[in-house]
Amino acid sequence: MYQQIIDQITTRVMAGDWLPGQALPSIRELAASSGVSVITVKRAYEDLERAGLIATRHGKGSVVAERLDQARGLFEDALTRSLVDAIAHATRLGLDRGQLHQRLDVELDAAESTPTPTQGNLP
Amino acid sequence: MTAAFAVSGLCKRYPHFALQDVSLTLAEGEVMGLVGVNGAGKTTLLRLLTGLAAPDAGSIDVLGHRLPQAQVAAKRGIGFASEDMRLYRSQSLDWHIALVRQIYPEWDDNYAASLMRRFDLRAQQPIGGYSHGQRVKALLLLCLARRPRLLLLDEPTTGLDPVARAEVLEALADVLRDERRSVLFSSHNTHDVEQLADHIAFLHGGRLLAHRDKESFLDDWRRVLCLGSLPPTLANWPEVAQVRSAGSQIEVKLRAWRDDLPERLAAQGLTVQRVDPMALEDIFVTAVRAGGAA
Repeated sequence: MYQQIIDQITTRVMAGDWLPGQALPSIRELAASSGVSVITVKRAYEDLERAGLIATRHGKGSVVAERLDQARGLFEDALTRSLVDAIAHATRLGLDRGQLHQRLDVELDAAESTPTPTQGNLP
Repeated sequence: MTAAFAVSGLCKRYPHFALQDVSLTLAEGEVMGLVGVNGAGKTTLLRLLTGLAAPDAGSIDVLGHRLPQAQVAAKRGIGFASEDMRLYRSQSLDWHIALVRQIYPEWDDNYAASLMRRFDLRAQQPIGGYSHGQRVKALLLLCLARRPRLLLLDEPTTGLDPVARAEVLEALADVLRDERRSVLFSSHNTHDVEQLADHIAFLHGGRLLAHRDKESFLDDWRRVLCLGSLPPTLANWPEVAQVRSAGSQIEVKLRAWRDDLPERLAAQGLTVQRVDPMALEDIFVTAVRAGGAA
């Protein structure tokens, strides 16, 4: 449930559905409409703020961050780390460059055929 | 700010069961899920909070009113629904509504009408012809439409089909919009508690094993898979709730997770393969089997 909130907001912000400065639903409103406890939404908002995706103004609720450079940078770093990991695993399995490219294509095709939003932890 | 309820040193003795030394507070605007096996004391605690039973020791404050002295004032703000409450089988839901709205001036006709639609209930039909799920939903409607500041619900989703369960959970989630309303509900369904509760209170054998905010409660538990040979003392670590081994694979369930635990397991000659968070269901079963230490 926590992960669903994170994925939903991250996807919409990075896709530009929600623009910088735009107000997010209040914690209680999002909790009630998605049937998730207030504390879970609160935790998700705190973690999204730490990742630079949203900003919380005391007493005024949360908005999409004006500058997404920090969030972008963190996601870039996380992607680099995953790729380095993937290369290490491929080396252990004895896959060459072409085979690793092929595996990436297979995973991309699989991801495109399932309509779920991108899953993944915040960096 | 007044707590929704606060109990301290609460004891209640029955011939075959005793609730022992329970101290627990729910802040206004929060939702608490009460978990425990059958006979853990969940219903006893709810009955004490509603004033239906009197404690042998300890204090109970509900919405700022001390029980039993200020019982009348407290009860005005409480909405209690439990499976063993009976509706009049020969009378319709409309008849019950007319009865309840006479007693409670806060009754909200619009809210009642919207719940009637959401729960898909027929107002004119005698309750005797309702299914179990419809009776549960009718009881909840009678309780919710009063807009009580503290909802006490004993197993509100037990015995409901998945559609009725979703309807009831959505109606409960709506209550969250109002930050002055609080909910305490008991459930065997740990998934419902995991979804809706801000706080978890865990009763076992009449004692309160744990009460924490849900996120940090879940954060404390991890399931770790290792490879290696089972260190004989591992089961005695205070952090370890359960150890199981199959061949060279060892599964360790930890009740007090810390970031240094993988290193400490590695120092025992184990190779840590993966660390996963645990669902409340798994935590609940593990804690009960471990003799009730959460």
